Amino acid sequence: MQSETTSILICGTGGQGILLASEIISTAAMLSGMDVRKSEIHGMAQRGGSVVSQVRFGKTVHSPMIEDGAADLLVSMEKLEALRWSHFLSPAGRALVCDLEIAPPSVSTGQAQYPDVLGELSARGVSFRLIDGFGEARTLGNLRVVNTIMVGAASVGLDLPDASWRDAMRGLIPEKALEVNFKAFDRGRELAG
Amino acid sequence: MKKPLNTRTDGRVLLSGNEAIARGAWENGVHFAAAYPGTPSTEILETIGEHYPEIEAQWAPNEKVALEVIGGASFGGARVITAMKHVGLNVAADPFFSLSYIGATGGIVVVSADDPGMHSSQNEQDNRHFARAAKVPMLEPSDSAEARDLTALALDISEKFETPVLLRTTTRISHSSGPVALAPRKEVPVKGYVRDPRRRIPIPAFAKAMHTRVEERTRALSEYGDTFPFNRIYEGDRSLGIIASGVSAAYVREVYPGATILKLTMTWPLPWKLLERFISMVKEVRVVEEGDPFLEEQIRSHFLIPAEGKKHFPLEGEFNLRTVRKGLGLPALPAAAPAEVPPRPPMLCAGCPHRGAFWVLSKIKASSTGDIGCYTLGLMPPLNAMDTTICMGASIGVLGGLEKAGGHEAVNRLVAAIGDSTFVHSGITGLVDMVYNGCTGTVMIMDNSITAMTGGQQNPATGKRLRGEPSARLDLEAVCRACGVKSVRVVDPHDLKGLESILREEMARPEVSVVITRRPCVMIRKPAGKATAVLDPAACIGCRRCLSLGCPAISFRDGKPVINTLLCYPDCRLCADVCPKGALSKDYRREAVDAE
Repeated sequence: MQSETTSILICGTGGQGILLASEIISTAAMLSGMDVRKSEIHGMAQRGGSVVSQVRFGKTVHSPMIEDGAADLLVSMEKLEALRWSHFLSPAGRALVCDLEIAPPSVSTGQAQYPDVLGELSARGVSFRLIDGFGEARTLGNLRVVNTIMVGAASVGLDLPDASWRDAMRGLIPEKALEVNFKAFDRGRELAG
Repeated sequence: MKKPLNTRTDGRVLLSGNEAIARGAWENGVHFAAAYPGTPSTEILETIGEHYPEIEAQWAPNEKVALEVIGGASFGGARVITAMKHVGLNVAADPFFSLSYIGATGGIVVVSADDPGMHSSQNEQDNRHFARAAKVPMLEPSDSAEARDLTALALDISEKFETPVLLRTTTRISHSSGPVALAPRKEVPVKGYVRDPRRRIPIPAFAKAMHTRVEERTRALSEYGDTFPFNRIYEGDRSLGIIASGVSAAYVREVYPGATILKLTMTWPLPWKLLERFISMVKEVRVVEEGDPFLEEQIRSHFLIPAEGKKHFPLEGEFNLRTVRKGLGLPALPAAAPAEVPPRPPMLCAGCPHRGAFWVLSKIKASSTGDIGCYTLGLMPPLNAMDTTICMGASIGVLGGLEKAGGHEAVNRLVAAIGDSTFVHSGITGLVDMVYNGCTGTVMIMDNSITAMTGGQQNPATGKRLRGEPSARLDLEAVCRACGVKSVRVVDPHDLKGLESILREEMARPEVSVVITRRPCVMIRKPAGKATAVLDPAACIGCRRCLSLGCPAISFRDGKPVINTLLCYPDCRLCADVCPKGALSKDYRREAVDAE
């Protein structure tokens, strides 16, 4: 049933490491003994477009997709994308938003305005926390770990054992990048803790 | 992203439906696999190529050849698999129908990955009809664990009933992941080739007997389905009985856990006795299926009962929990309406070779009959340089047809735009037709030396095979000349001036010509250095000509372009070349911002 399943929607734009982030979350859940479904779209949808991955875990999970209004957590690597997918959040759900703006083509070329994302999220009653993923990644000396910082932030409140997160990362991240990703994960936890 | 399949776990690993099919093939002794890439099927062969060296695996020029090759390997007694997207089975339909009559020796699994919702396709065709039309048994997994298990069963069914088996997935099954328990590989000996022309040559005299065997086989398979363990009844409230398959069954089980549900996993031929038992158990029957009323119509006509389906569910689009809830008359979850935000459509990458080609077409007020690949994005503004697309390879035939309708005048501002892989797939015969039938159009082969849209696969024109093994490279120029094209010219599409003059000459030529725009895809090319475009604000007059490229690395703020240095591609200087004032230049000394 819905209440026994945790549903997380991870979004952003192509190239932001969304698929790895959702892979880490779903693997951590599986290593914690849960049933897991993860769903994402490949192909044409990837060419710089909006990318979304959905993760659901619990005792038994059937649907790989989250229903509108049923996500417990929204993790967005980009502000506008958080707004785009915000209708997936349940009334009690919360959002973690990376403080980064990537202009879509219509905004780049001056035909549209980049929306006031934080204002609109507030107007919609979305409970969100802004994370300076890029600033933190720069401090860690690697701009590629923004996604792991966001995963670390997401891990707070997901109630999965720390060992599952570490094992998931060990299995999915190349050895040489593991150290900085562990740091990024820990930093994300601090930021959201 | 390369995914390790050896993630150490409690014995389960997280696999996508596609990875699970590849795993199932490997565990069950498959010897040989061949395919042409197509979303959402591509990762099946990629996974085999990357993780399962015991399986001989290769990319084929197209789906028809892939199926013929695995058909031959099956005749030779090998266990085989091919995988294709739904429209790929249209291409492979000819061998598919005949192989049904001829039958399998080594097990044949044909994976059709359908794309309801058209995430990356031109239609929503429901390939379950192919199973019925070709009289081939069909299995439909509803998650990754089943995808693995059904691949094993498909091989067994194929050999037991001497038939190819259609393993039908949808995007949500192929690209969703779930835990899968792994098993070691079971070696199955190759049976070896035994000559048997009466079974393998469907001339009418032999094919009549084959057809009779196919009908007998279908009856036997229906009975097999009655006790097939994956066709399963979940007992619950008997006032409503729901029949569903694939991902729809997963949605039904989630939103209506108390219902009596028949999950059909073998969906052709239908298990009539099992259905009869289920129907007698419940007061009312409802069918939940994405796409066409495939199950619904058969159940209604067989049992003459009002099994309702499409009265409550859409024919179009991909289902989700909300669709299924609504169709079953359950209350929807409260949810806000989606926010109205600017779309983020897919774009050609920064540095993409195709951008130069479409920009030049647009500049000379020309356009293209288009084809299937990343370059279909050439239709998008600001390039606006594509008029038509039908299917793989059709750009060339359409150009020829437009000329037949309107003469040379009709095509002197058009080229047929087709990628290297698509040209090999099914463009060559179109070119033969143009020359043979006296056309005068120009074909632009956009050779980026990879099959790009599906993520970067090798093809016969790249000189490499599936696992990167070097191979004979198909010489595109020589192929075009052999088709009878006298003028075949090669140009770098980022040489805007050179390409413009060549296109002008060739489009004016009163005979078929080919222009090959050759520059590797940015995904497969590691450029030296980290140069980015740099703006000289004093020289910039804000004319927005750089925006005519539609480059994702260029935005416009306060009357001037702004370069996104993370996206800007080092070896591309298109913006510098189109700037009329020389205000954009490429700084090759500049360190990129990204500290690696």
